[in-house]
Amino acid sequence: MSKARAMQQKTTSGLLEVNGLTVQVATPAGARTVVDDLSFTLEGGKTLCIAGESGSGKSMTALSLMQLLPKPMARVSAGTAKLDGRDILALPEAEMRQVRGRHIGMIFQEPMTSLNPVLTIGKQLGGAISAHGGMRGGLSDAAIRARALELLDQVQIPEPARRLKQFPHELSGGMRQRVVIAMALAQSPQILIADEPTTALDVTVQAQILALIRKLQADLGISVIMITHDMGVVAEMADDVLVMQHGRMVEHSPASVIFSKPRHPYTQELLAAVPRLGEMTGTSAPKRMSDDATASVQTPAPAEPLVAVKDLTVRFDIKGGILQRPVQRVHAVEGVSFDIMPGETLSLVGESGCGKSTTGKALLNLIPWQGDIRVAGRETRGLGASAMRPVLRDVQMIFQDPYASLDPRMRVGDLVAEPLHIHGLASGSELDDRVAYLFRRVGLSADQMRRYPHEFSGGQRQRICIARALSLSPKLIVADESVAALDVSIQAQVLDLLQDIQNETGMSYLFISHDMAVVEQISHRVAVMYMGRFVEMGSRAQIFENPQHDYTKKLMAAVPVADPSRPRRAFMERAEDLPSPVHELDYTPPLQAARDIGGGHMVWEAAGR
Amino acid sequence: MSQTVAETETHVATPSVLARLLRRPLALTGLVIIAVVVLAAVFAPWLAPYDPYEQFFEGLTIEGAPLPPSAQFWFGTDLVGRDLFSRLIYGAQTSLIIGVVANGIAVVIGSAVGISAGYFRGWADTVLMRFTDLMMAFPALLLAIVLAAIFSPSLWIVAMVIAMVNWVQIARVTYTETRSIAERDFVVAERAMGAGAGRILFRHILPHLLSTIIVWATLGIATTVLLEATLSFLGIGVQPPIPSWGNIIFENQTYFTSAPWLVFIPGAAILALALAFNLVGDALRDILDPTQQGRH
Repeated sequence: MSKARAMQQKTTSGLLEVNGLTVQVATPAGARTVVDDLSFTLEGGKTLCIAGESGSGKSMTALSLMQLLPKPMARVSAGTAKLDGRDILALPEAEMRQVRGRHIGMIFQEPMTSLNPVLTIGKQLGGAISAHGGMRGGLSDAAIRARALELLDQVQIPEPARRLKQFPHELSGGMRQRVVIAMALAQSPQILIADEPTTALDVTVQAQILALIRKLQADLGISVIMITHDMGVVAEMADDVLVMQHGRMVEHSPASVIFSKPRHPYTQELLAAVPRLGEMTGTSAPKRMSDDATASVQTPAPAEPLVAVKDLTVRFDIKGGILQRPVQRVHAVEGVSFDIMPGETLSLVGESGCGKSTTGKALLNLIPWQGDIRVAGRETRGLGASAMRPVLRDVQMIFQDPYASLDPRMRVGDLVAEPLHIHGLASGSELDDRVAYLFRRVGLSADQMRRYPHEFSGGQRQRICIARALSLSPKLIVADESVAALDVSIQAQVLDLLQDIQNETGMSYLFISHDMAVVEQISHRVAVMYMGRFVEMGSRAQIFENPQHDYTKKLMAAVPVADPSRPRRAFMERAEDLPSPVHELDYTPPLQAARDIGGGHMVWEAAGR
Repeated sequence: MSQTVAETETHVATPSVLARLLRRPLALTGLVIIAVVVLAAVFAPWLAPYDPYEQFFEGLTIEGAPLPPSAQFWFGTDLVGRDLFSRLIYGAQTSLIIGVVANGIAVVIGSAVGISAGYFRGWADTVLMRFTDLMMAFPALLLAIVLAAIFSPSLWIVAMVIAMVNWVQIARVTYTETRSIAERDFVVAERAMGAGAGRILFRHILPHLLSTIIVWATLGIATTVLLEATLSFLGIGVQPPIPSWGNIIFENQTYFTSAPWLVFIPGAAILALALAFNLVGDALRDILDPTQQGRH
């Protein structure tokens, strides 16, 4: 431990000079340059954000600095990276191991995959602490344990002593990411490279982790290279910003300059595509709603709601013991009621595990549920697969990950035709015409029909999924985090497409999202979910301009704002986690009373709150 | 048999698959070997230089030892002076029926059990997989002996017995894979579109299992041919003097040091056949998987 301290004393000036870094990847068509002549300087104690969309080469840059490029596919073909005057790109593997962890620590995007699921937190932290300097790094068990506790305390994990004995799966996503940060800090590095460290986390947790990184940076005097696609995160964190596109640096300026006077057109485009919370204040219709469509929706209350959900409850049993009896129960959705009108977008917003996706799946009978759901006048409770089929012509779904939801072995034309086949709605040339029309409708060309999903980009794949959902001409589409996996500029295009379809056909959407800014753009009405229940529901304006429930307010405060001049959030003491939705079998959820505070703005509050 | 199924599909659906198969040198080699063995089996009476059952006086040395390969007996003779080459050609019939038909039935049963148990879960899962576990725990040879003893031994009974004991591994493997595929989003998406179980199983899950099934099917050819030999050796398989590649090895294995060709040559034939199916299977797997295109 004292050794580690000494290290830290010696090297508080962390300075990295990257010059002409070029990375090439071998492809069947020959070498392709993925990072092209990149140069930057990282000052001690500063944060450099590398921003860009997927495929811009930002992760490759980070991996090449750590000499962790996937060999022999990718290699550094030119350039130097001088750390304290030493070129770390030229170091042999044995010496590079001394640099990793000691001089440069790294945090990856997905905390679950960067932790070993079969080792306790204590073992993994211990490994990181004693990684260098031979057997156990010359440290005693007690010293390792003390350092581990100190690190967990530094990253603000409550009850550190207990955590040492836990396994990664027992911790929440935010806690895991804290452990990963603790491991990266174990050898007191001068530089911390964080590759999309908060992308997989909920907004409130993201806010905590970002604040934590800022605090650690201030306390320990380390420099941070932060790789992100989120301009909001850039604004929260950066001293300097480096914007990358197709492997090239397009702009490199102080954060204040990037946001106020972006010079390069790509930077301007990137900033323009970012949905900003509060951008829509004072309007009631979604962003691209055309005037006549607005009029048709606003016409005095349509008689019949398209979807009426009453007291929807979804509980999953957790089985255990020798007899596989239910021992505990997950209360995923707990007595939720809502209506969706024709032509309306209702958004369900909340953090992971709040039951929003489960609610969407219940509408299509993909999971067992209790309560009442009526779709276009039909009861769907207890319908089997074949009885449900006519209902599914009215309700379709778009999933979060377009690649995962397309069968990789089928041609995309066949995939879009699949619902028409299943429902026996078209065949022969009529089918081909219909599919070609759908492709054009979502902005793809009809001659792409014979290709396979892996030949398309993420945004195109999501368009294919939309075309497939549209093929049955449904009245409602459940969009489950449908733009979450896309780059911001693509995200904006897909959102526009969804709204255009709505303007044209009077489609209704149940839009499920964790992203408050996106929800603000697309919704007529918003319902905020927390722990399987609605806490607040109302029109877009009511929720965003006059949030009443504490949780809604907290959610909105946590959204990173793409404005570096805004005062950065103060560090929050002690992390807090979402409570667990797992309860004993005899648990009866407390009653919550809805309060209408005017104009259909509902707020639910627990009796004892 | 999955091989033959895949090949017939090849002709019906997209003729270009066969053309693509022929373009790959390894697959072509495999196809040629398979074709040679099939032709030998079908035209055995015309191709074989001698009667496989005739014990030649000149087929043994003065001391009564078998003859090594020579111009007269190409692959030498066996312990009683029969021509090994002729016996191999006739033996191809037996081995092909065992390796392709018996193994093919095992693959079909195993896949059907594994996929249904993996997709439907619930009680179907419990019943089918516990039965599979039971079959797995039961000594395969013992079961085969019992079954073969109940029915009078004949080639087709042997084939059935082998199919009955060999499907369990495939069931186990396809079960595990089906379970993970059934959780994937595209299967959920398919359910969301209203697709029935048959469509999901055959059009969306089965194609993803093809590579696993092909690997197990080709591995199975070698093991079933040898299992047939074991059964023949124990007297409950193909009855002597009818030749099969397996029982030729077993008849002669004790003389391995003095007459190595009697074991080596039929062993090489089994190896070549299994390898040939493996090469074709591998190539088919790549050709049928669109995501692998342009990577070979």
